[in-house]
Parts: sequence; C-alpha cells; structure tokens
Amino acid sequence: MDVRSTWANRVSDRGMLYLFLLPTFGFLLFLVIFPLIWSLYLSFCDYSANAARPPVFIGIENYSSIFREKEVWDRFVTTGKFVLLAVAIEFFLGFGIAMLLNREFYGKGFLTTLFILPMMFSPAVIGKFFRFMMDTNWGIINYILGRLFGIPKIAWTTSYEYALYSLVITDVWIWTPFIILLSLAGLSSVPSYLYEAADVDRASGWFKFRYITLPYVAPILILAVLFRTMDAFRFFDVVYVLTEGGPGYATQIIPFYIYKLAFSFWRTGRSCALAYVLLIIIIALSNIYITYLNRLRRA
Amino acid sequence: MNEFQRRALKNRVIVVILVVLLCVYLFPLYWMFSTATKSKVDAFSLPPKWVWRPQGDNFRGIFYVGAGGALGTVRGIELKLKPSAFLRQLGNSIVVSFVSTLLATFLGALSGYVFSRMRVRGKDDLLFVILSSRMLPPVVIAIPLVMMYRSLGLFDTRFGLIIMYTVFNLAFAVWMMRSFVDDIPREYEEAALVDGYSRFQAFFKFVFPEMRVGMVATAIFSLIMTWNEFTFSLLLTGERARTAVPSIAHSLGTAGVNWGHIAAGSFLMVLPVVVFTFLLGGNLIRGFTFGAIKE
Repeated sequence: MDVRSTWANRVSDRGMLYLFLLPTFGFLLFLVIFPLIWSLYLSFCDYSANAARPPVFIGIENYSSIFREKEVWDRFVTTGKFVLLAVAIEFFLGFGIAMLLNREFYGKGFLTTLFILPMMFSPAVIGKFFRFMMDTNWGIINYILGRLFGIPKIAWTTSYEYALYSLVITDVWIWTPFIILLSLAGLSSVPSYLYEAADVDRASGWFKFRYITLPYVAPILILAVLFRTMDAFRFFDVVYVLTEGGPGYATQIIPFYIYKLAFSFWRTGRSCALAYVLLIIIIALSNIYITYLNRLRRA
Repeated sequence: MNEFQRRALKNRVIVVILVVLLCVYLFPLYWMFSTATKSKVDAFSLPPKWVWRPQGDNFRGIFYVGAGGALGTVRGIELKLKPSAFLRQLGNSIVVSFVSTLLATFLGALSGYVFSRMRVRGKDDLLFVILSSRMLPPVVIAIPLVMMYRSLGLFDTRFGLIIMYTVFNLAFAVWMMRSFVDDIPREYEEAALVDGYSRFQAFFKFVFPEMRVGMVATAIFSLIMTWNEFTFSLLLTGERARTAVPSIAHSLGTAGVNWGHIAAGSFLMVLPVVVFTFLLGGNLIRGFTFGAIKE
C-alpha cells in the first residue's frame, strides 16, 4: 500500500503539533490554571466555603492581615527552621554516604539502590509508622536510646521541644537518598584522569577534594538543595500523620497551616491569600531550579 | 604492604562500614515487617522479641472483618468473613494508579516528542508552566479544586481522582519523555519523511516504538508516585473512592489504633515499591531530575 494514500498522510506538521499538545494543555487548563484563577479571585474576598453567604470582595485585606499577624510570621519561622535543619542534615549525611559509595566494589548497584529506597515510599505511610516507633513509652526508638546511651524517655511527637525534631528526623530518613543519588551523579562525572594527574603531583586529599571534586559536584549539589527546599514547602503529609501540627501550633509549617485555615477553620479567602504567597515563593524557586536544570541539560 | 594492597584494604573496610550503615538506616523497614508479623502481645513487648513465629493475623485482619454469624453460603462454603473497607481502598489504589499512569505516559510521550523535535512558539515558557504545576504544593490548588469537584459531581469518584493524578503525572511525563526523545537519532524519521511518510505517520511507525524504554521508565515512576499519593486523595475523596494511603494514615478507620494492622497495611504499600525501584535501576536519577541528568 502506498503510504501517501491514507488519511494519516494528510495530517500536517502543524496539525500534529496541536493534536499532540492539546490534551496536555487541556488537562492543565482545567485542573491547574482554572483553579488557580479562581483562588486568586477568592483571595481578594471575605469568604467561607461552608457558609451560605457568597464571596464579598474586600480588596487586599486578606494579604495585608497575613503580614500583620504574628501568628503567620511564627509559622514562617517554624517552616524556615524545619527547612534549614532538615536540608542541612540531609546534605551532610547524603554527601558523606555518596563519597563512601563512590568506588568500585562488588554489589555496588544493589547497595546503592537499597540506600535509595526510603525516598520511593509514601511519606504518609512512613510518617505514620514513625509515629509508632517514636512513641514515648513503647516506641522502639526510645527503647534503643535508653539501652545504648541511657537517655531518658523523650516525648518525640507530643512535646514542644521535640515535635519539630521528630519531623526533621522523619524528613531526613525519607530524603537523604535524594542527596545521595544526586551526589553520586556528580561524583561520577569527575574525569578520573584529573585524580591521576593530581596523584602524580602528590597532591593532598584535601587539595583533590577542594579543587577537583567540588567544582564538578557543586552545580548538582545546588540543584539538590534547591529541589529539597522547594519540596519542603510541599511537606504536608508527614505533618498530618506525625504531629498533626501540634502540640499547640509548634509544628504547623506553612502548607499544613493553609490546610488548617481552609478545611478546619473554613477561612477560605484568607487561606487562598496565603496559598498565593506560597505559590509566589515556589514559582521564584522553581524558576531558579529550571534555569539550573536547563544549564545541566546543555552541558 | 604496598600501595595497591593498602588501597584494596581501605576499600574493603569502607564497604563494611557501608553495610553496617545500611542496616541501621533500613531498620524501620525491618521493624515494620516484624510488627506486621508478630502477635499483638509480642509486638509491644519491650525488650523487643528478636525471635518470633511469623503469623498472618494482621494481614487477615486488614482484609476481612469478622462477622458474628454466617453471611451466607457460596458453593456450599459458609462465609463468615466480610471483605473490609481496606480491601476496596487497595483496589481503588490499583485502578487509579494504573489508569492515570497509562493516560499520562501516552499523552506525555506525544507532548514530549513535540517539545523535543518541533518548533513551538514560547516553548520554554510552556515547559516552565508544565513543570511548575508539578512543583505546586497540593494545598495551594486544593481549596478551589475541592469546591469545583463538589459542584461538578466529581467529588469522591475514581474518575475525579484519575484525572487529577493524570495532570500531575503528565507534567512529569512530558519532561521525562522529552529527554528520552532527545536520545533517539533524528535519522529514523528523516529517512521516513524522504520516503513520503508524513511526520505524523513517521512518528507512530518509527519513533514511537523506539520510545518504549523511556515510556516504561516513565510509567513506573508515575505508578509509584500515584500509588503513594496522599493529599489529593485525602481532600478529593470520601467513603467510596478513597485510596489506601490516606486510609492507613487514618488508622484504617478502626476505632482505636491497631498498630499491628497499620504495620501490615504499610508493609503491603511498601513492598511493590521496592520491586519497582529495582526495575528502575539506572533511570532513578533521570526521573528525579526530570530528565536533565542521565546516567
């Protein structure tokens, strides 16, 4: 059969372009863009989704009240503390393990994949189980700490001092593999002849690390930190199952606070405004992130 | 000892350190398995029982609800057990993950091809919008989405959940597939175009089959992400369409927390992910950087 005689042959390049992109953008328009426009409108309204009253336009009142209230700033501070602590620990742990993994040995691929596993699991499921392990009285973590180091029982998820740390620990468990994975990619991109040349010159270990390893790994590490920071603003599920934002609001980081505002206090307008503030932060971060991704793609 | 032997010894010591680290690191998984297979008494005993007889009570417990009397007979066998809500939720998880993954992978392959090969006006901006939608914290769009779902009758339906997951997997799939298409030599289609095929025909006949490795990797990733998803399922479903993850988060809906059951449910959610992660192998890094870094 002649390929030119079918209908498929008459589809122009332009037609194909539209045909192939339309479903993707249709979905995006319907389920992301449209809701975003709607919530932009609601963010300028006094509105509660469970009240019979329709939204009343009040201008920027929601936004200005957000920045006036100490309550909101406190949540931003909590979020900042969480992000800094979690990402810093993940960074050192992940990079350290990657340095150890970055050598030839039997079963390397298998061992590496085992290290990667935790980040593939559902954070909500892991968080729930960590709550069991972190229980004050019969949790295995307190038991082990007590037996090995004689540390008295810690109320991990229910005390003001430790609740945030329980979130950090869980996040570190889940996301350290991400840093391992990216660090390994960076480390393996260093051409080995550079090390050999340095060996010939009898360079010190520190010199090799500082002037050969680091320059090659740095761009990927920046990418990793950026991504983790962005992801920390999506950190909702673990808070929901592990501490429920408590005690008090000690662990109400921003995404969880928005959820509370929207679905417990029903302050819809206000929660939309805060969501938009978060959206702007995310867009700024992802702008930097994508610029970096594209730079790496071209390299 | 010469330099070579010294290095080999150092390597061996480091591998031993790594194995020890790994055992400590993956301890929670071991603990999950042991809690799931212990009896109620053993699961809570401290010091913990390091040796126990594995039993399946917890797994049976999450799948069936013991009923008082007989529920009826099927082919002469008396039914005393009633399937639990969790069984249905697990079914929802499977259906929703597979359907949204198939949709997203296919549509993502089409768009990925266009973004890799063809000239699109404002390509970078479009790609930015797509990836941003993936980065978006779910709570940001959840508020209007819940209202929209309620008024359109999509709330608490599998269909509603499927289209939501399709969008999120699609954003990922477009970027992934674009990077996979980049790897396919252009000569395939160019030869076909010379032979008189339209680009549309050339795509389905020559390029699409070459994309299957990439599509499998993309699909596995999407499958895992959907299987694990919590927030949208929590907010967009109620009794009927709920998936397994939020159900576990809510202690499987039982009064009082039965940790043995939760451990068993968690173990069931985690196990397939382990298998799929090993299938992904070298594509892990690619997935997590949206195709930017290839192994």
